[in-house]
Amino acid sequence: MSTSAQAGPSRRHGWQRFDSGPLAVVAVAGTLVVVAVATVTAGGLVQPQVAVIFGVLVAIGELFRMVMSGNREVAPIASAGALGYALLTTVGPERAGHPALQVVAVAAAGMFVGSLPHVAVGRSPRLDAMARRLLTIAVVALVFRPLASLKLEWEVLLCLMAVTLVASCFLEVCIAALIRAEAVRARFGIALRDEMNAKMALCAAVGATAMLIVVSTSVMGRAALLVFTAPILVTQFAFRRYAGIRATYLQTVRALSRVTEVGGYVEAGHSHRVSRLAVAMGRELGMAEEELLELEYAALMHDIGQLSLGDPIPGGATVLASPNEQRRIAELGAEVIKETGVLDRVAYIVRRQSDPYRATPAGAGTPDGNGAAVPSPQPPPPLASRIIKAANAYDDLVGESSDRDRGAAVLERLRLDSAVEYDPTVVEALARVVGRRRHG
Amino acid sequence: MRGLPPAAWAYVSGVVALAAVAIATTPLADLDPQTLAVLAALFLICDSAPAKLNVERARVSLSYAASLASVVLLGPDGAALVGVTAIVTGQRIFAPVKRLFNGAQFALSGYAAGMVFGALGGDRYRPGQAEWVEHVIGPFLGALVAFVTVNLLLMAGILLISRQAAWQELLRESGELVFGCLGYGMFGLLIAGLWDAVGPFAAVLVLLPLFIARWALAQTHAQQQAHTATLAALCQAVETKDYYTRGHSERVSRGSVMIAQEIGMRADRVAAIRYAGMLHDVGKLGVPTKVLQKTGPLTEEEFAAIQLHPMRGLEIVREIGFLDEALAGIMHHHERMNGRGYPMGLAGDEIPEFARVISVADAFDSMTSTRSYRAARTKEEAIEELRRGAGDHFDPVMVEAFLRALEREGWEPPQPVVLPDDDVVETTQQDHDDPSVPIRIAKA
Repeated sequence: MSTSAQAGPSRRHGWQRFDSGPLAVVAVAGTLVVVAVATVTAGGLVQPQVAVIFGVLVAIGELFRMVMSGNREVAPIASAGALGYALLTTVGPERAGHPALQVVAVAAAGMFVGSLPHVAVGRSPRLDAMARRLLTIAVVALVFRPLASLKLEWEVLLCLMAVTLVASCFLEVCIAALIRAEAVRARFGIALRDEMNAKMALCAAVGATAMLIVVSTSVMGRAALLVFTAPILVTQFAFRRYAGIRATYLQTVRALSRVTEVGGYVEAGHSHRVSRLAVAMGRELGMAEEELLELEYAALMHDIGQLSLGDPIPGGATVLASPNEQRRIAELGAEVIKETGVLDRVAYIVRRQSDPYRATPAGAGTPDGNGAAVPSPQPPPPLASRIIKAANAYDDLVGESSDRDRGAAVLERLRLDSAVEYDPTVVEALARVVGRRRHG
Repeated sequence: MRGLPPAAWAYVSGVVALAAVAIATTPLADLDPQTLAVLAALFLICDSAPAKLNVERARVSLSYAASLASVVLLGPDGAALVGVTAIVTGQRIFAPVKRLFNGAQFALSGYAAGMVFGALGGDRYRPGQAEWVEHVIGPFLGALVAFVTVNLLLMAGILLISRQAAWQELLRESGELVFGCLGYGMFGLLIAGLWDAVGPFAAVLVLLPLFIARWALAQTHAQQQAHTATLAALCQAVETKDYYTRGHSERVSRGSVMIAQEIGMRADRVAAIRYAGMLHDVGKLGVPTKVLQKTGPLTEEEFAAIQLHPMRGLEIVREIGFLDEALAGIMHHHERMNGRGYPMGLAGDEIPEFARVISVADAFDSMTSTRSYRAARTKEEAIEELRRGAGDHFDPVMVEAFLRALEREGWEPPQPVVLPDDDVVETTQQDHDDPSVPIRIAKA
């Protein structure tokens, strides 16, 4: 019976990334590329020199693609270059007459070439991300190429470009949200909001750069593209550094949360299991990405307060400690985190992690004399704290064991305690997450 | 700027006077007022919102782009005028001297760049001109280099004369800055090229990418600060158990950075050693408290537990995407030059450079701190002890570098420890870092 539980959460990633949504995106993009390449081969390249320059730009961009927070792969230079090619009206005095499918073919060729070095060093390309980028470019090209051949005023053209770019940004965000919603099991609306928050700045930068490419190429000719590469590369460099430092930050917190394990305060792997569980529950409850990140930090560091205790709690299970002791650990942990000066919200989550869901009804109006001796009425603990409380209790009692009955028994116990100790909706989310792991 | 030495006053006056001459001789009538106004506005907007960098004191001012555009569009006089608007920058600079100097140095940089641009035969775009970019790129690059050079030199001058920085530091910092400055300066050529086609709209078009770049830079800076602060706080949490070692990580980190800079390490390696120094003892948490607090000699097993702490530390931090070097530094910071250290017993050059650096800073801080079994030693005693250990225990190069840096920058030893009054205080009874009092091991 319990053998089916061995599948575990880690094995889910591989194939479930290619659910129906991403697969469809990849298929559509693939078909489009085949059609485009076939058409271009049959008809020949229009203005081959320009095509080659833009192809090289796209290839460079793909070479320098990067991974942003939330494991999002982006290639801003490639996108800006390809969009610029799609929106191109004139090159110097010459009219740019390339058809939409040529844009797709050039972009695809550039992406292919730019990916080769990645493949050579053993990084397999992420097809869904590439397909998403290509589709966005294709849509812009299909919409704008016919417009570009009309003889329109500069101002009108610029407005049309801006509208097309904003629409394409939205399209890209939608596709990305679709893929992400399936990959991380979030609702589409939430995934869309996260995607927007994460990509807004980059979308604006890429769009503006694409427009700048168009305008400067038509005024200054091909050489404008050369002038461009310097500042674009510097900007990209800044973004990469940003993405890198964000990743390091999470790694640091992850690694240092293990000091409690190495010090023998908690069971090995406890912090990581609690944080994984908590993030899955948070997603289940519809938390946004920013909140999830805070939840993850707080979950990783939720036991850090134990470092200030003289002796480890036997077995490290805080759920078995007295409420006062639990509160003390939470307070001490929050103090430590507050010291950072930047993680105040995380500190608050940690501080409130031990508080019962329904504190003896705060404020006046309760005849229950003994229990209501709370000096200052506190607001109820935030959702993240409630999640950590439940996840921590579950992991303290179940641990690494994959015994199904034990898990079920613990869930039953948490349910009995819910409404006072634990938030019932949080416990139900926990049950769903745990149940899915078992059957997954 | 209150305590400005007379030489600095002279320097500032000189720069300001030069700039004043350059501007006073400007034939204002020849300049197109609209272009001048738009570029000056662009310059001010960019200059008022500079991006902080990891380099202290410095910022990447995206106003470079506006200055260089005015070099092409308006020539040296116009560029000087645009630069002078830095006097009314929106940055929070309160001392009028600073504002004046800032404006003057931007004016001079712009003027110099304009002269170079003209001398190399650069000219602004005329409608219908073919191959303008090809023609102008050479002079423009010359102007760009001149601008950045004059700008950095004038800044370095004031920092040197007013003794706010040593020239080695400046050299290192400007190395990091030049790349960004040159890159963003290229935007100037774009603005200039687009000016005739789309007019002032060119400035707006360029502004957006510029500000997004600025946003990314600022975010990077903020994240980096957050990262350092978080590391420091977590290290402190590890230390709280022992009243005597509080602040040790922080100070070892500082000492390691001092040595690293003294021996001329690259900036990214210095950043890595800063973290390595901070995290070097994190594995001590894996050593049972009762071993750390034992008064008598340790048994072999107990000493083995202590010897393992660099490995435990490595185990914790391995997942962090550090330079490998930082990991090696943490793992080997207790090796000795004669091969009698732990955990691996490496000797001489086999010991990674980071570890040799950290080892010196580690021992020095341990000796100048109070321990439960002895008072803090004076700086001189500790230096004596380092000298004695050089060659056998420490790398003489690192010791010398540390002493030189110590001489120049000084050292703030920790405050004497005040133990709280309750009797639950726990302290270590032997310090594994202290080279002058070796850990006693009971013979079996």
